[in-house]
Amino acid sequence: MPIERLLIANRGEIAVRIIRAAKAMGIHTIQAHSEADADMLAVRMADETVCIGPAQAAQSYLNIGAVVAAAKATHADAVHPGYGFLAENAGFVRALDAAGITFVGPSAETIDRMGDKVAARQAAEAAGVPVVPGSRGRLDTVEDAATVAASLGYPVMIKAAAGGGGKGIRIVQTEEELRKMAPQAQAEAKAAFGDGGLYLERAIKSPRHIEVQIMGDGNDAVHYFERECSMQRRRQKVWEEAGAACLDETTRSQLCDTAVALAKAVNYVGAGTLEYLYDSETKEFFFIEMNTRIQVEHPVTEMLTGTDLVQEMIHVAGGGKLRRTQKDITRTGHSIEVRLNAEDPMMQFLPFPGQVSGLRIPEGEGIRFDHFLYDGYQVPPFYDSLLGKLIVHGKNRETAIALLITALEGLEIGGLKTTKALHLALARDASVRADDFHTQWLEPWLAAGNLKPIH
Amino acid sequence: MAQVLSPVPGTFYTQAAPGEPVFKKPGDLVATGDIIGLIEVMKTFIEVKAETSGTFKGYMAEDGAAISAGEPLAELEA
Repeated sequence: MPIERLLIANRGEIAVRIIRAAKAMGIHTIQAHSEADADMLAVRMADETVCIGPAQAAQSYLNIGAVVAAAKATHADAVHPGYGFLAENAGFVRALDAAGITFVGPSAETIDRMGDKVAARQAAEAAGVPVVPGSRGRLDTVEDAATVAASLGYPVMIKAAAGGGGKGIRIVQTEEELRKMAPQAQAEAKAAFGDGGLYLERAIKSPRHIEVQIMGDGNDAVHYFERECSMQRRRQKVWEEAGAACLDETTRSQLCDTAVALAKAVNYVGAGTLEYLYDSETKEFFFIEMNTRIQVEHPVTEMLTGTDLVQEMIHVAGGGKLRRTQKDITRTGHSIEVRLNAEDPMMQFLPFPGQVSGLRIPEGEGIRFDHFLYDGYQVPPFYDSLLGKLIVHGKNRETAIALLITALEGLEIGGLKTTKALHLALARDASVRADDFHTQWLEPWLAAGNLKPIH
Repeated sequence: MAQVLSPVPGTFYTQAAPGEPVFKKPGDLVATGDIIGLIEVMKTFIEVKAETSGTFKGYMAEDGAAISAGEPLAELEA
């Protein structure tokens, strides 16, 4: 049944984004908010609002009971979770199911299955999606480890089978090194976890992070091509592109087609993302995990393919069939998104919220700014630091970067610190312009002092 | 008399966790770089450190208080 009354159980820019999509579909919007978010932009835009608790997310946006009660009280027939908070919480989906309210996303079973790393890896392998080659199970002797390592190919990563948190992890280049390091790793694993069992995995040097956007309606699934998200600091993406300029067409097809195979295999409903490590030297890609939600960086895919993914996920959640077949989905030009965070890039990215003033937003062909700001808005210190996302689209990567610089120069957010200076420096960097970077590139670049204050 | 000022807006804490002792009590000797309190801002905890040495006089903001940048948090006697 098509959705008529949608509760948005999120905040910030994604709440604004969902309200825009829902309104364009003629859906009545109900914005849930904490006490600290009573004057946020999404509250001002929504048809109806409901307070779900105090500022602390644990008592409001993460409080399943409070969100479900708000959905019932406002007669919502569906809830959009956005990203983060309850977006990948199977217990939340079950609570909504029990209340007869539609969750805009996949089933609780799919969230459980894809949220479990081992189960997700098995589902991926079964669907023909390549995973990082590793030992089948635990290895107890150095001799076993040497045999498996030879079949995986060096370098290999030695991990504690019982482990976690990086304990016991070693990367070895040769069998000689393996024979020396494996006993040390065993001893360390034994000391840390009381279990000296080891696990081996092929080590991928300087990988790129590439992900595929998929959309399913429970019967059919399609992909919306890939995104390149290697520019990361502390495992947080800061700059994302669509498509990945480093891929050739053959690799791109394999990557995207196997992603669709996995989505179909689990009868996926809604928007999802399969994340991969990509070795640009060997052109191999390996599945790492699936995210069962709309992602922060979805706009680059929307700009590349000319599709409103948020509307499409609401449509399929309401029982609709996919509105675009695979052959209708094409890619044009190149798109880049940068995340504007309330952080001071000159001071180790210290979070720095404040009251917004002198807001100036760039406009023009190929420029989009997804945000939740207005002059006089006091950005609360209780939530994450994302203020907005500046997205540009050009006929190729080079023109997109040029447009990004123009757009960044036209963006002013006064009253607080932002990461604008980081993005301008990146856009002007020779390696970035040459598309020569990977997931371990940005942190050393920052540590080497490449980001300098502008005087 | 020297004041310790908040470098950022956020929530101020005078102890490392609920139930833990306060970082400083009146009369405590404070060395430059000693932790006076914590500020939680945008899911990040920042240590507030003394920029001078002296004797701790007292907190000027309560545990759990919402504070703005530049607000005095504690007083030291040189």
